[in-house]
Amino acid sequence: MTARVTEEEVERVAELAHLQLTPDESVRMQKDLNAILDHVAELNELDTTGVVPLASANELADAPASELRADVVVKSLDRAVVMAQAPESSGAFFKVPKVIER
Amino acid sequence: MAGESKTGSFVEKPQTLAALKGEIAAGRTKAVDLAAAYYQRIAKKNPRLNVYLSLTKDRALAQATHIDELAAKGDPLPPLAGIPVGIKDVLVMQGAPATAGSKILEGYLPPYDATAVAKLEAAGALLLGKINCDEFAMGSSNENSAYGPVRNPVDTERVPGGSSGGSAAAVAANMAVGTLGSDTGGSIRQPASFCGVVGVLPTYGRVSRYGLIAFASSLDRVGPFAANVRDAATILSVIAGHDPKDATSSQAPVPDYAAESDKPVEGLRIGVPAEYFAEGLDAEVRAQIEKGIDALKKAGCTIKPVSLPHTKYAIPTYYLVATAEASANLARFDGVRYGYRSPQSETLSDMYSHSRDEAFGAEVKRRILLGTYALSAGYYDAYYLKAQQVRRLLAEEFLRAFTQVDAIVTPTSPVPAFKLGEKADDPLAMYLADIYTVTASLAGICGVAVPCGATSTGLPVGMQVLAGHFQEGAAFRVARAVESAQI
Repeated sequence: MTARVTEEEVERVAELAHLQLTPDESVRMQKDLNAILDHVAELNELDTTGVVPLASANELADAPASELRADVVVKSLDRAVVMAQAPESSGAFFKVPKVIER
Repeated sequence: MAGESKTGSFVEKPQTLAALKGEIAAGRTKAVDLAAAYYQRIAKKNPRLNVYLSLTKDRALAQATHIDELAAKGDPLPPLAGIPVGIKDVLVMQGAPATAGSKILEGYLPPYDATAVAKLEAAGALLLGKINCDEFAMGSSNENSAYGPVRNPVDTERVPGGSSGGSAAAVAANMAVGTLGSDTGGSIRQPASFCGVVGVLPTYGRVSRYGLIAFASSLDRVGPFAANVRDAATILSVIAGHDPKDATSSQAPVPDYAAESDKPVEGLRIGVPAEYFAEGLDAEVRAQIEKGIDALKKAGCTIKPVSLPHTKYAIPTYYLVATAEASANLARFDGVRYGYRSPQSETLSDMYSHSRDEAFGAEVKRRILLGTYALSAGYYDAYYLKAQQVRRLLAEEFLRAFTQVDAIVTPTSPVPAFKLGEKADDPLAMYLADIYTVTASLAGICGVAVPCGATSTGLPVGMQVLAGHFQEGAAFRVARAVESAQI
């Protein structure tokens, strides 16, 4: 868990996150990530064998839990209004650069 | 002219929400004049403080006219009739620019209102505009906004705290009577403390997040700021409650929190955790908080030591959980459906990465990378799962403490407001200062940050009053007692 993050790993993670870092940014991020992960390593001191992970406080709160609404179609936002926010649109579809070379 | 100068005096000398509403109901003050007076004050103060990013004058004035008509007819007025409020720019308002403090949402005009915003307006509030914050609510100083930092009205060389620094500063400078903020790891409580105002972290599920631009969904909450505890309680009663559009919002009935805050504190059991008064706490902050605890004792509370030994693990736990969730939530900003799209992209993949790299700030990238790393193959168990396990230990520790006490009091921040630039280059140092606030975020419990004196140089000190799930009433009562002691 105290693994040092290498330059290659920073680049791999950036690619996973669809970020394209400049060489300067990469160096800086590597340094910051290592400093933060060194601190995070403190968690290793704790034995958490058998502890059930807690994903959300909703699992704990002793108040009436929210019920899922009925699965019925309800009116949503008007399509034209939503599409108007797109950087590029055909009116019905979002337009993006080509995905597949022909 | 007499009427105008009187309205003007309300912005020079802030009034309580109840007093303002009384003025409007009696017809002594027109809501339209009040709105105009607040916009004048904003025009005067904003160039230096950088609080508002955009103003929604048409909407505020239309609402003010409507409130004045109701008042003229003698109709009963809704609870926030004519009250000028500001909205942190992570909550959407239909047709008003929503930036989340980021360039990546440039040009985005949301087609709908956040539920908390709609509820404020339905309760008669005047929506003045959108308020500056750290980019995607990631920060503790407001220096991460793509639109420049907010300055602390108490001392403009200092930060207002973050990420809801603008929302706290707006109330401190009376550029709004109340504001909305969001709190993921302390983003309402810490700026309230830095600016000397009241900020509320409602229980997870208490207030709908529909229309809140998501940062970390298992932690994000929406809550109010106001100049005093009772006003903050009044606003919380308006925005709280179940919303079919947010599946995490609770069905629990909403009390009249202002009335709850009026109840005496005599007989309440107050927990003081030693872990929040250890190394790293500024001596002057400690002295003020101890005065606050003495005041509670004098008011008839029983002070009991409580132990929260996992506190030291809260920062690493929080920054793993929050960044993992952020890396997933921020994947939606890709230049396809709204906001910024890089013009220089030949392929779809380039468009994603260029748009994100050009428009996200350094702190947002840092957190996305950390979160993506913690979730990636080979590291998931060691980081993300481990953090979720420690999260349960932290939460259960609080629940045990709340079987013995009604509320827990701590400093809100180990230090008062620091200078602009002081911590900007050291992300870890900035994270470590969130030590007292991230715990309640992880446990889902509620809290109120209330002013508790000042340092010798006049910087506000804040006390954090924590209470169990859906026990906001207890937190407001205790905060009110601290406020009344005028430390």
